[in-house]
Amino acid sequence: MSNMLHGSTFFCMAISLFGYEAGIFLRKKFKIGIFNPLLVSIIFVIIVLKVTGIDYDTYDKGANVLSYLLTPSTVCLAIPLYQQMNLLKKNLKAIIAGITTGVFASLAGVWVFSMLFHLKKQFYVTLLPKSITTAIGMGISEELGGIVTITVAAIVITGIIGNMFAEGICKLCKIEHPIAKGLAIGTASHAMGTAKAMEIGEIEGAMSSLSIAVAGLMTVVGASIFYHLY
Amino acid sequence: MKFIRQFLIIILISFAGELLHAILPLPVPASIYGLLILLAGLQTKVIPLKAVDEAGGFLIEIMPMLFIPAGVGLMVSWGDLKPVLVPIIVTIVVTTVLVMGVSGRTAQFVLKKEEKKDE
Repeated sequence: MSNMLHGSTFFCMAISLFGYEAGIFLRKKFKIGIFNPLLVSIIFVIIVLKVTGIDYDTYDKGANVLSYLLTPSTVCLAIPLYQQMNLLKKNLKAIIAGITTGVFASLAGVWVFSMLFHLKKQFYVTLLPKSITTAIGMGISEELGGIVTITVAAIVITGIIGNMFAEGICKLCKIEHPIAKGLAIGTASHAMGTAKAMEIGEIEGAMSSLSIAVAGLMTVVGASIFYHLY
Repeated sequence: MKFIRQFLIIILISFAGELLHAILPLPVPASIYGLLILLAGLQTKVIPLKAVDEAGGFLIEIMPMLFIPAGVGLMVSWGDLKPVLVPIIVTIVVTTVLVMGVSGRTAQFVLKKEEKKDE
């Protein structure tokens, strides 16, 4: 049985998709941010691999079709960006100001904490892209010599925090304007936060998904500058 | 058929992104070059929205799922992560709240100022 699983072409893909579906089911049922489908499937797959004794390389051979589609999928983020061009042009100043300060706060925050905790440079660059969408974040981490899997974990945890606490944080900081709310959520917690922003309202959702792309692009530039500061 | 052509366009743009990544000495991922190429194409109407929207919509919808293998990779890097787990979690939690506050308050400040000017 175990041998059969190790040699299977589809087992690894099957458990990945099953874990994701299970996550969607759990989130619908319990409506709690911690049941994030991505998080649930990652934990589910790791448990299954540990139990069956399949190593990561074998798993990756079966499931890397998923990673393969990452670049084309990120390229397509241009589509919502294009569709929201009017909203973007109308509120250009606020958008640029909000996202730029947010991106700077993220990079500077990671910089300060890395110094406080005396983290190695490798961990510092690993954390730099933690607030942006995974596809771009992985790319930055790889370019700067970070540990990509930890970057992904940091991004996912950031997203879950955003998804769970976005409304509370906005209330606490007295952020009431729908455009400002959307920008804040998207800049701080990328696609997972955006899922929450879409629930709050249409403008919030549109602004949040816009922030994913813009903050991602700004972080590409910002991270390579902050790279030299540590 | 439609799907194949849309997918072809997206893959070709991804390939162009890869080429730029290989040629230009900048720390920019191939996917970002591709994103900018597609955005420029859509803006200039060289690529009509209809030529990519369905395949593109599908790819965006499944995007969160595509990070599963990278996330599972944690089982390999767990050894590296374990000794710095607490500092990393603290950094993540505090900076996430910080970014949301700073970004939202700044945007709100500018929006209110603009609205006052309009009145």
